[in-house]
Amino acid sequence: MEIFAKQIEELYLSDSRKVFATLVRLLGDFDLAEEAMHEAFASAMEQWPKHGTPENPVAWLVSTGRFKAVDMLRRRVRLNNLQPEIARRLAAIETVNESQAKQDVKDDRLRLIFTCCHPAIDPRVQVPLTLREVCGLTTEEIARAFLTTPSTMAQRIVRGKSKIRDAKIPYSLPSLADLPTRLDPVLAVIYLVFNEGYSASSGEYVTRVDLTEEAIRLARLLMELLPAPEVMGLLALMLLHESRRNARLNFEGDIILLEDQDRDRWNQRLIAEGKTLVEQSLRSRRFGVYTIQAAISAVHAEAKHASETDWAQIVALYDILLRVDASPVVELNRAVAIAMRDNVSAGLAIIDEILCRGDLQDYYLAHSARGEFLRRLGQHQLAQRAFEQALALAKQQPEQRFLRKKLSLCEYG
Amino acid sequence: MKYMLLIYGSENSWTEDERMTCMLESMRICDELDKEGKWIASSPLHSVTTATSVRVRDGQHQITDGPFAETTEQLGGYYIIDVDHLDDAIKIAARLPPAKKGTVEIRPLFPLPE
Repeated sequence: MEIFAKQIEELYLSDSRKVFATLVRLLGDFDLAEEAMHEAFASAMEQWPKHGTPENPVAWLVSTGRFKAVDMLRRRVRLNNLQPEIARRLAAIETVNESQAKQDVKDDRLRLIFTCCHPAIDPRVQVPLTLREVCGLTTEEIARAFLTTPSTMAQRIVRGKSKIRDAKIPYSLPSLADLPTRLDPVLAVIYLVFNEGYSASSGEYVTRVDLTEEAIRLARLLMELLPAPEVMGLLALMLLHESRRNARLNFEGDIILLEDQDRDRWNQRLIAEGKTLVEQSLRSRRFGVYTIQAAISAVHAEAKHASETDWAQIVALYDILLRVDASPVVELNRAVAIAMRDNVSAGLAIIDEILCRGDLQDYYLAHSARGEFLRRLGQHQLAQRAFEQALALAKQQPEQRFLRKKLSLCEYG
Repeated sequence: MKYMLLIYGSENSWTEDERMTCMLESMRICDELDKEGKWIASSPLHSVTTATSVRVRDGQHQITDGPFAETTEQLGGYYIIDVDHLDDAIKIAARLPPAKKGTVEIRPLFPLPE
């Protein structure tokens, strides 16, 4: 008995969202699918100990969920004196044939990502909706990640679900012709989920492992069905970031800069996988911003020690990135690479130019990098002022602690 | 699934020639949709200067000249289509000539109980 309970619990953790996604396609209704999925798992708890585990548990859960949904709708019809709308849906569901129910369930989760990231849905709703419906995070967890109340988050999710239902956004993969434009928001959402986990926008801790793992899982899923260059690039970028997770923070949860990290603590398995993907994507010659960023990350990963970093190659990659997707943040990162390849003054000149233009004024990393360059040039007073500006803009406690440490260095310098 | 496509645009952004080309192209698309069983109704509208707004407050009819709201883009026409889902409606909306100058708003029709 207990063996079954444990098995079903594990299955719930690993596959409940797959079952849900397939039920959404078959039933065409998020709420009904959610309820039917839970009913199916409840049935499993009751029946598997008696009759044994079915040969294909996921298929069993999907088919049981489908029958449960039909039951639920029948009950509603009785309660509501045969409402025509429900009756119509009931008829539609009953005609869904068995062969359709047996289709590959992996496709269904991907379909659901594309539905949740449909351009007709408010971009601010896309990410929470994906986290809720595709990843199965609770509304409370999502609210915490977005620093808002569960009721506000619940409203946003409900708004997204109503839009899908009322405007009839299809549960389907986009056509090959639409794929390039539809892929971008999906990649952006996955990367946002990752970044939210890798560098939570504010609060006590810097990383949220559950979100980074979920983002990587989604990218792997996307890879299986659409091994497009930028999908490889995004997965590689996340794997390479993730490889440094254990070296990125000290015991107090403070940030350790790339150059100071203990490189023995980098996860070599993730690095190897990331590098293979980057190379594969670069060979396709149809790569974009994710692949280029992953390539930069891979160059860092190749250096056994910070001093061995191939800065010339990193500057060259930033030049390509600027051509594909010019932005002040990319310029700032390139300035740091220039400082490392040539000298600190050259890097500082570029940062000053960006700030003089009026860009990145509110970006704490711009002021922090400027402070560091000034400090290295021995201009301690100016450095101090730059770090103070950065401190006023930093939102995370670990970032603030890092900047305070830098400030104290200026005083002693 | 029925959708209404509402055509919004600035009325004075069209030359006479453009308006005529747009009309012919729109009619051609309607014929095509009709053959596929997707067309229900459509029509261009007279200029917003011909609009009349009616409100009944406390039993009093208030009749005023002009549209309900002053905006830079005016409603210039509509289509009602019957397609499978939003993506089909988007594809049709994107083909309409006014989409290039103004905005096509897609609104699902609220189905009434039979």
